[in-house]
Amino acid sequence: MPWRLLRFALNKKHPEPRMFNFHEKLKSSYDVVIIGAGGHGLAAAYYLARDYGITNVCVLEKGYIGGGNTGRNTTIIRSNYLTPEGVKFYDESVNLWQDLSDDFDLNLFYANRGHFTLAHTDSALRTMRWRAEVNKHYGVDSEVVGPEVVKEAAPMIDISCGGHAPILGALYHAPGSVARHDAVAWGYGRGADQRGVEIHQQTEVLGIDVQAGKVKGVKTSRGYISTNKVLCAVAGSTPRILKMVDVKSPIYIHPLQAMVSEPIKPWLDPILVSGSLHVYISQSARGELVMGASLDPYELHGTRSTLDFVEGLTTHMLEMFPFLSNVKVMRQWAGMADMTPDFAPVMGKTPVEGFYLDSGWGTWGFKATPVCGKTMAHTVATDSDHPLITGFSLDRFRNYALTGEKGAASVGH
Amino acid sequence: MKILNCPLNGPRPVSEFFYWGEVRPMPNPATASDEVWADYVFNRNGAPGVKKEWWCHTPSNTWFIAERDTEKDVVVRTYFYEGED
Repeated sequence: MPWRLLRFALNKKHPEPRMFNFHEKLKSSYDVVIIGAGGHGLAAAYYLARDYGITNVCVLEKGYIGGGNTGRNTTIIRSNYLTPEGVKFYDESVNLWQDLSDDFDLNLFYANRGHFTLAHTDSALRTMRWRAEVNKHYGVDSEVVGPEVVKEAAPMIDISCGGHAPILGALYHAPGSVARHDAVAWGYGRGADQRGVEIHQQTEVLGIDVQAGKVKGVKTSRGYISTNKVLCAVAGSTPRILKMVDVKSPIYIHPLQAMVSEPIKPWLDPILVSGSLHVYISQSARGELVMGASLDPYELHGTRSTLDFVEGLTTHMLEMFPFLSNVKVMRQWAGMADMTPDFAPVMGKTPVEGFYLDSGWGTWGFKATPVCGKTMAHTVATDSDHPLITGFSLDRFRNYALTGEKGAASVGH
Repeated sequence: MKILNCPLNGPRPVSEFFYWGEVRPMPNPATASDEVWADYVFNRNGAPGVKKEWWCHTPSNTWFIAERDTEKDVVVRTYFYEGED
C-alpha cells in the first residue's frame, strides 16, 4: 500500500486535482478583464463563461481569492428589502442561491434559518409593516409578527432587552439563510477556471488605459494587458479604481467590523437583527456566534479592529441575551464597506465606454453575489444594463433619482 | 482607545468626537446648475489620502478641522476653521 501510494503520489501522470489552475504569465490581451477575485468578480466570470461562452477572461486580484469582503461578512442571505428595485433584485438572488451547491458540486453549507428584524419602537414597527407589504406584493415571504413569535423562535432572548428597549414585534422573513462565504468564491472561481477563465492572484491593477473615452487596457504589477472591457468589482477599493478612470462617484469608505465567539452548543436557530440596538447575530454550523454591528463612525481605508467596537456590540448583545456574559470572543476583523448615500448599489455602465461597475455594495453585498454575477455578465457581454439593475445606475445621482434603501439596512448606520 | 487632539480641550478619546466628512467648498445655490449642485450634494472624494475634515468635540460642541491620513488613520494636525483657503 505505501509503495502504491508513493508510486502515484510522485508520478506526474497522476497529478492531484487542484482547486484552481496556476498561470505563470498574463496574456497580452483578453476579451474581458475583471478586477477583484471576490465572490462578485468570480461570479461574473463564471456566468460570462457559462451563459455567454466568453472565456478569454482574466480575473485580477491584488491579494488572494475571497480575501476581501467576501470572506469578511456575516454570511446572511435575505431579500426583504424596501424598494421594488431592491426586492426584485435580491429575490432573484435568493432563487439563484437555492441550487448553487449542486451547480458547483461543492457544499456551500447553505442553511435556511429564518430571519427576524426586531422592532423596539413604534417607528421601527411602521417600517417593518411597510417592508412586509412591499415584499408580499412582489411575492417575497415576509410578515410582521408579535414578540411571542420571537420568544418562541429564540427562547433564550430577554424580550424586554434589560427593560429599556422592549421588543414590540419583528419582521419575519422565512427564506433568511446563512452560507459558508469563502466557499462561494471558491465555487464560482473553480467553475470559471474549469471553463477557461484565468484567475491571477497577487496581481495589482496600477492604472487603466483610457483613450478617447474608451477602455484600451490595464496596467498591472505584472505587465500591461490590452482589453476593451473592464469590470470593476473591488468593494472597498472602488474609489481607487475610479480615480484611475477619472469617474466621480458618491462612494465613500467606512470600515465595518464583525466578530465571532468561541463555539458553544447550538441554541440559536434563526438569524436575529436589531436595528435599534445595532446588532445582528446568528450561530454558525460550528457553534460560533457570528456577530456584527453598525459601521465605524468615520472614513478609513484600512481593516484594523478596535476595542470600542467589541465593547459596544457586547453591551447590546447582553441586553438581548444576558446568559452570554461568560462566553468569550474568539476573533474580530473588519472589512472596507463602499457606502452610498441611498444604501443601494452602483452597477452597470459608466461614462467610460467599456468600463463597468459592480460597486456600492457597502454592508449588503454578500447576499447579492449570484445575481450580481448574472446581471453583470449580461451587462458586460451585451454592453447594455440588465433590466434588474437599471435602478442602480451611477446616473441616478446626477438625475436626483435615488433608490432609497436605507430603511432595509440591517442596522441603522 | 484612539486619542484626538481638540484645539480647545486638548487630547480626548475619539468617542467624544463626531465626524462630518471632508471640507468641501459649496457652490452658490442660487447660480449653480443642477449638475454642479448634484456633484456637490452626492459626489465624494472617496480615494485614500491626507484629507481636511470637519470634526466636532460633542461635549463642548467645538467644531474644528483635522487633517487626517485616511489610509493610516493618523491625524496630522487639528485647528480651528479660518475661512476658505
